[in-house]
Amino acid sequence: MLLISCPHCGPCDETEFHCGGEAHVARPHDPAALDDAAWGAFIFMRNNPKGQFNERWVHAAGCRRWFNMVRDTVTHRILAVYPMGSRPPAGLGHLGAAVVEDAQ
Amino acid sequence: MTKPMGSHRTANGGRIDRSRPLSFMFDGVTYGGFAGDTLASALLANGVHLVGRSFKYHRPRGVLTAGADEPNALVQLERGARTEPNLRATQVELYQGLVATSVNAWPSLTHDLGAVNQLLSRFFVAGFYYKTFMRPKVLWDRVYEPFLRRMAGLGRAPELPDPDIYDKMHVHCDVLVVGAGPAGLAAALAAGRTGARVILMDEQAEAGGSLLSSAESLDGKPAPDWVADALAELASLPAVRVLQRTSVFGYYDQNFLCAVERRTDHLGPGARPGLSRQRLWHVRAARVVLATGAHERPLVFADNDRPGVMQASAVATYVRRFGVRLGSRAVIFTTNDSAYDAVDALLAAGIGIAAVVDSRPDPGPRAEAARAAGVVVHAGCVVAATHGTRRITGVEVRGCEGGVLAPAGLRLSCDLLAISGGWSPAVHLFSQSQGRVRWDEAKLCFVPGEAAQAQTSAGACNGTFGLGAVLAEGLAAGASAAHLAGFGDGAVPATPAVAEVAAAPGDALWLVPGLKPLGRAGKHFVDFQNDVTAFDIRLAAREGFESVEHVKRYTTNGMATDQGKTSNVNGLAILADTLGRAIPEVGTTTFRAPYTPVTFGVMAGRDLGEMLDPVRTTPIHAWHVARGALFEDVGQWKRPWYFPLAGEDMHAAVRREAKAVRDGLGVLDASTLGKIEIRGRDAGVFLDRIYTNLFSKLGIGRCRYGLMCKEDGMVFDDGVTARLGPDHYYMTTTTGGAARVLDWLEDYLQTEWPDLEVYCTSVTEQWSTIAVSGPRARDLLADLAPGMAVDPESFPFLSMREGMVAGLAARVFRISFTGELSYEINVPSHLGLAMWQAVMAAGARHGITPYGTETMHLLRAEKGFIIIGQETDGTVTPLDLGMDWIVSKQKDFVGKRSLTRSDTARADRKRLVGLLPEDEGEVLPEGAQLVEMAGGTPPVPMLGHVTSSYWSPNLGRSFALALIKGGPERLGQIVFAPLAGGRTVKARIVEPVFLDREGSRQNG
Repeated sequence: MLLISCPHCGPCDETEFHCGGEAHVARPHDPAALDDAAWGAFIFMRNNPKGQFNERWVHAAGCRRWFNMVRDTVTHRILAVYPMGSRPPAGLGHLGAAVVEDAQ
Repeated sequence: MTKPMGSHRTANGGRIDRSRPLSFMFDGVTYGGFAGDTLASALLANGVHLVGRSFKYHRPRGVLTAGADEPNALVQLERGARTEPNLRATQVELYQGLVATSVNAWPSLTHDLGAVNQLLSRFFVAGFYYKTFMRPKVLWDRVYEPFLRRMAGLGRAPELPDPDIYDKMHVHCDVLVVGAGPAGLAAALAAGRTGARVILMDEQAEAGGSLLSSAESLDGKPAPDWVADALAELASLPAVRVLQRTSVFGYYDQNFLCAVERRTDHLGPGARPGLSRQRLWHVRAARVVLATGAHERPLVFADNDRPGVMQASAVATYVRRFGVRLGSRAVIFTTNDSAYDAVDALLAAGIGIAAVVDSRPDPGPRAEAARAAGVVVHAGCVVAATHGTRRITGVEVRGCEGGVLAPAGLRLSCDLLAISGGWSPAVHLFSQSQGRVRWDEAKLCFVPGEAAQAQTSAGACNGTFGLGAVLAEGLAAGASAAHLAGFGDGAVPATPAVAEVAAAPGDALWLVPGLKPLGRAGKHFVDFQNDVTAFDIRLAAREGFESVEHVKRYTTNGMATDQGKTSNVNGLAILADTLGRAIPEVGTTTFRAPYTPVTFGVMAGRDLGEMLDPVRTTPIHAWHVARGALFEDVGQWKRPWYFPLAGEDMHAAVRREAKAVRDGLGVLDASTLGKIEIRGRDAGVFLDRIYTNLFSKLGIGRCRYGLMCKEDGMVFDDGVTARLGPDHYYMTTTTGGAARVLDWLEDYLQTEWPDLEVYCTSVTEQWSTIAVSGPRARDLLADLAPGMAVDPESFPFLSMREGMVAGLAARVFRISFTGELSYEINVPSHLGLAMWQAVMAAGARHGITPYGTETMHLLRAEKGFIIIGQETDGTVTPLDLGMDWIVSKQKDFVGKRSLTRSDTARADRKRLVGLLPEDEGEVLPEGAQLVEMAGGTPPVPMLGHVTSSYWSPNLGRSFALALIKGGPERLGQIVFAPLAGGRTVKARIVEPVFLDREGSRQNG
């Protein structure tokens, strides 16, 4: 069971949290402008890397706030916890520069 | 039958309490033992060496070990509700009246019918089951499987409810030390002295590990005395907790470890009523010190499984710690120095030693010491065969050089054969912590590599052998762990003085040649519990299984309940040799939790029965119970299902309730509906984005039904939302969806639109909702709320009013889920019951009838109102439901773009329709598949399925809702529902509204 450092509550057991899947997948500003392929990619397509992964988590049984995390999917080590809407710490995570821009 | 007590005991000594005799029963025979015995030591002290039958061949098996690694001595403990299978007799503490039976023996241990398998053993090779029982397929169900299940078994699970209680503890500590042998005690002392919160967990009844059966001294004290002093010091340290009988079985992420503490098992079943039998410990440790020791490897030689063959270390333990005279004439067969501890123990106990057979040509100083004591040592020799059936009677000793036996040798008679093939560090927990092990060619074992977590291995589990080195490593690990956790300066206490023992390196002897070629005569067992032989591993390699994971599964080596504690390394080495590779190239299999089996009881703890999941009830629940309601579970809620009168079944009750609502007045406890207060400057904008329809323009005091979709366009939840003020909305959700809707709203607010100023608060349990429904609802409300204008103009459909109802401040919503004139009266929860009672009292003259969820479902279906999770299943869009009218063309909302995706816009999607069965009495089963024609050759194209189906007293017939491909284009067509049993029901497709299509009842 992971020990997750909630940015607001400190370290708590994983059972208090829910994982919300890949982070930095921003909802398109104008969905109507996208063709089916682009919209389908937004809805359905997610990365599933072996290694560092940027994820969304929510402290569901605590402060109920969302935050981002870089977790290694092989070792389960948590490399960073950072607020919603901010970039991952330099050098961490699997994201290319293009995707990170969407986080803003 | 009673046997004399412990006839095979040493004259004195050992850690058993000879003043406390105990009697116990094994396989129907009563024996005697002493407090401090294990079941295994007590049996051995009675001369009982045959304790089980092997899994596949049903060969006689004896006690091999003295600990958790025991593969043979598996017993079924106790009977009835408290019976427990597959316990290792080496770990079962003896108590008065213990009853145990051997497993894998039928009909009895000494006369085992399955032993005929030995005669067939040429056929029971690796992959035998895969090869033999595949064809013909029909025989598997009827013959093979029942036979194999009877022959295999490994004990029986209890068939009665567990009468014991179990509990759980969640603790944090600075340093967790696993194992209280010399390394663990040293680590706990060094860490504990710094003031750190230390927990020391040890699986045995008493601390000390190998020191309890050691003849060595520490600082001039006998080892057990040093242990006692160490425990006394630990007890004096207030931040140190020592837990015996506590097995750490799992090592998970971020230093989270699980352990099971056996609190009353050693006292016997039911000895401490009210006290939990076992306790599950969840430990989160800043630092972990693993001091889990090592397991001695058996040697793989021909017929190495005869009762009386035992690990050399176990021999020393049984003689010294338990005072057991294991035999009268022993042979010791070893590749390394450690077996000479057994020689010393046997000599001290006066047990005859026929010879030591040491595979090393030059066995070194300990062999010399044995020779000096008068023991014959055959250097450079091996045991090439054994004799005996239910007990070993002799061995064939041969010289062995370069893997080739000398042509002649000598035969020694014996009744005990102590074997040692070296040591395997217990790296199980280290490996579970994701640490990688590495092969140490000098020590001939896998040792921990770099730690993957905040953890240190110390002592034998780290590949460190020799008491002085083990103690020094334990002290260093404890001091360092405490320091890293913020306690002490890391200074390492002085190591107790121990006598240095001159050592010689061990021999890598993985497979001892037999008198005949492998597989031809005699069995070289590798995995004793699963009956895997060296020949099986060779065969697997020959058949192309080269990966260690494949060989494991094909041969089942290491897959028994002991998970290969004694067999993995031997099996690996034999595989490596067969493949012509080095051991590290072949790799290891994965160690997984649990280290030793764990009861389901302790996993469940107190989470049983009504404690399994919270039960939520409304403030009116007691009234429903008193009224004789039957309840339906909706999520965690208990909702009244129907209120039967005397003699009514559900159908009768529902018909009466449903008629009452349509013809007069009904009342429903709707308090379980999800309720969310939505406030803030941007509340209206937010709801516009969340709902498919528009809410920002909703007038204050007005209500609107809304649908929510996920981004994929599929309907997610529905409900009525009212506007209470400019920045204040009151949302209702489905009962089951309340929590996920709130989570989902928060997700969007926090992660997609943090610029919106909106606050969501669950008020589900703050408000009670009482829905009164029926033509006389207005009369009732007029009676209850004389100050409230209730005429249709003043209080129209889809509006809400605040005011006094029955003298209580209430919010009244004029909305309807039945299609009748309805009002939902909301009051703070503590007033819920009072309001309900007032409604019932005032409604008496209108014949008010309480109704439950079944009637509610029927009434809404008559109107074609959907239920989330019944008409929807995550693949249904608003358009599929025919609810285009509620989907805004003007604004964007979550899921809108998906509604025009090629797949969601398809014309042949399943869409909602009504069904009228041809037979008006026929109620279609919900979920029934619908097809275009009766009969036909499979596969018959499926048109859709029934989502809701009832018999309606208001329609006087059955009806259903269904999702059917291209449904609205098929109105008037006939479909068929082929049912289980071969019957086919015919039904006509109709509009999904069966009553009051124009809505005059609810709107009036």
